[in-house]
Amino acid sequence: MDVGIEEPRALYQKRIPIVTRSVKGRFRNFKWGVMVLAYAVFFGLPWLPWTRHGVASQAVMFDLGGRRFFIFDLVMYPQNVFWLALLLFIAATFLFFATSLIGRAFCGYFCFQTLWTDIFIWIEKLVQGERPARIRLQRQPWDREKILKLGVTHALWLLISFWTGMTFMLYYGYAPDLLVRFFTGHAAYAAYVTVFALTATTYAAAGLMREQICAYVCPYGRFQSVMYDPETLAVAYDARRGDGSMGRAAPRAELKIHAIRQQKGYGDCIDCGFCVQVCPAGIDIRDGLQYRCISCGLCIDACNNIMDSVGYPRGLIRYDSEANLALPQPAKPHIHWKRLKVVGYFVALGVMTGALVYSIATRTNFEHDVQQIRQPLYVVLSNGDIRNRYQIRLTNKSGADMEYRITTQGLPPGALDLGEMQTVKVHSGNSVIVQASIKLTPQQVGKYPRFDFVITPLSAPEDKVVEQVNFYSRTDEQ
Amino acid sequence: MSQEKLQSHTVQTTGHAWDGDLQEYNNPIPNWWLYAFYISVLAAIAYWFTYPAWPVGKGFTTGFDHITYVNDKGVTKTTHWNTRALFMKETNEAVAAQKPYFDKVAATPFEQIAKDPELNSFVVSAGKQLFSDNCAACHQQGGGGKMGFAPNLTDDDWLYGGHYANIQQTITNGRHGYMPPFAEVLTDAQITQLADYVLSLSHVAVNPDSARAGDALFHSETAACYYCHGADAKGRQVLGSANLTDSIWLWANVPGAGTIPLKEAAVKNVIRQGLNKGVMPSWKDRLSPEQIKLLAVYVHELGGGK
Repeated sequence: MDVGIEEPRALYQKRIPIVTRSVKGRFRNFKWGVMVLAYAVFFGLPWLPWTRHGVASQAVMFDLGGRRFFIFDLVMYPQNVFWLALLLFIAATFLFFATSLIGRAFCGYFCFQTLWTDIFIWIEKLVQGERPARIRLQRQPWDREKILKLGVTHALWLLISFWTGMTFMLYYGYAPDLLVRFFTGHAAYAAYVTVFALTATTYAAAGLMREQICAYVCPYGRFQSVMYDPETLAVAYDARRGDGSMGRAAPRAELKIHAIRQQKGYGDCIDCGFCVQVCPAGIDIRDGLQYRCISCGLCIDACNNIMDSVGYPRGLIRYDSEANLALPQPAKPHIHWKRLKVVGYFVALGVMTGALVYSIATRTNFEHDVQQIRQPLYVVLSNGDIRNRYQIRLTNKSGADMEYRITTQGLPPGALDLGEMQTVKVHSGNSVIVQASIKLTPQQVGKYPRFDFVITPLSAPEDKVVEQVNFYSRTDEQ
Repeated sequence: MSQEKLQSHTVQTTGHAWDGDLQEYNNPIPNWWLYAFYISVLAAIAYWFTYPAWPVGKGFTTGFDHITYVNDKGVTKTTHWNTRALFMKETNEAVAAQKPYFDKVAATPFEQIAKDPELNSFVVSAGKQLFSDNCAACHQQGGGGKMGFAPNLTDDDWLYGGHYANIQQTITNGRHGYMPPFAEVLTDAQITQLADYVLSLSHVAVNPDSARAGDALFHSETAACYYCHGADAKGRQVLGSANLTDSIWLWANVPGAGTIPLKEAAVKNVIRQGLNKGVMPSWKDRLSPEQIKLLAVYVHELGGGK
């Protein structure tokens, strides 16, 4: 490669607009499918009703004020935040796992940036027409048609951006109520800031910046691409087949028949440029694997369509591994899972998923925390008895008001004093602190170094919990 | 790949070369990067106008933003934005948010508070804070007290009574414990006898004859200990005189003294010099009645009443 001989360049580079051509095919259909599903979930979920006692009947709601998340029948409290940690670990490991097998599948099909950019491009095409029409429109002076078409496009983009921000906000309250309050000016200040910020960023990221987000902003793409192995499947151009020994050539009259072409040493690539025109990242996959490629597979669809039309075999651009492409006779591409790294990720994924499922399945309807009061650790009473005190915090997560009974086991009768609280009533979602004191005579002290608190919910005695604690004293003083 | 393709991909370099062929690409950075820089410059200027920023002579630019708060004298003030005013404003808001709970505590009888788990939980958490700020300096963080200085609030011995109303009274008006010195009234032998008697009440194995003599002295007009401590030596809560028959000591460190002569010396010291240091200040000028009531409940729970 020649270096240091180009004419000086400007310090800053203007974005070269990418005008993509639409395409039909397997990967395009898969992308539409993912998009419909993802949008249905994101935009629909806040409106899904759910029967729930005492609180807003919304299937998924993040109640920041009440410090709890409602996710269908699961209620998540701050104490359960490690579920989120587990979930993030699982998500990260799943990303590594999937990347090792099939490369940047996340980027091309599931990433929000891809999904929103895709819909924005679709709108652009709907309003302004196919690629040649859009390029023509770009070059056109600012006349009525251009203003109208660009205006409508941007208005629709803004509308979608606004509804994206709005939907995100609706997760944090009871949606029908919040929507009315938002438009009547009675929602919280934070709601307006959130909606405005998300509208602006969605519009900018999916409408204006597009592939620049992936190329310059996104850290995901950077570290995803370093997890590639030679066995990892990636969107690849079969250069040997495409270029042949003589290079690419248009299907001129004498080079139309596949057999003749091969005989003369020309590759299968007819240099139609279709794969470049459909690429939302604006790259040429025939230059090889590159960091801007988001593995969306649209160039595969484009190339297959062209191969079909000229009657050559499909798969000139395909999902394949570097190792396979390097073979003298490339085999049929397949997923290579028999690798230590992949199996390792899979095991980690399994263990952590198991831990999360187990933790959620065995959750109790209430949270308890027993703390020994350590200032002072023990108290000598006027008759010489020793008293220890404990602070018991109960959090009711059941969704209904509950009553609990606190008892002890492994102590002589009458040692427990709960003051006036025979049973402890806790309202749904609330926490209470109960002070328990245990009094032992000097003769008893040495015999009960530890004992158990038993906390029983009256309406569900089978959920009782037993917590072992210590009894402290300094018997040498007696 | 064709030759033409390669040429279009050549890149300008910075012109430096290391190790013969190691060179640095000089790629332009994208335009939006530049715009982001301009936007942050604008944001800095906006910040300068909004908030206090530059020192000017003896003053400073105060910015356009204002903040309104109610100061501790109840006067509403508006000033340029500053963190002190913001703190005052947020403190007022926090106090207002707590007010309903304090009002509920004030309106609820003592026994009802102890029966209501959720109100009681507020008392425990708010009381802990009030106690730390006002009481812990003498009575220690957990209310454990300090021998010879401040009573232990976690035991069941109460000099002035441990009912809610007694505790409320103690916090509101303060207490002043006093015991006259006996060094000039009694001989050293008499003081020893009294100390032995007092120790015998707590089952310390002292000389029984000396204790018996001390018993007589205790109830005589010479020493007249029974005036304050009562004929049964159990103390009188009206006066705040100590119960001498229980295992709890405040002024003489009897449990901490190793040998019987040392225990004796500790008690003798109190009898000889008397006490004029059992002073608890009045809190009614510093704490509101609601705060005092809440503290009374909190302190009552530390020692379980009696």
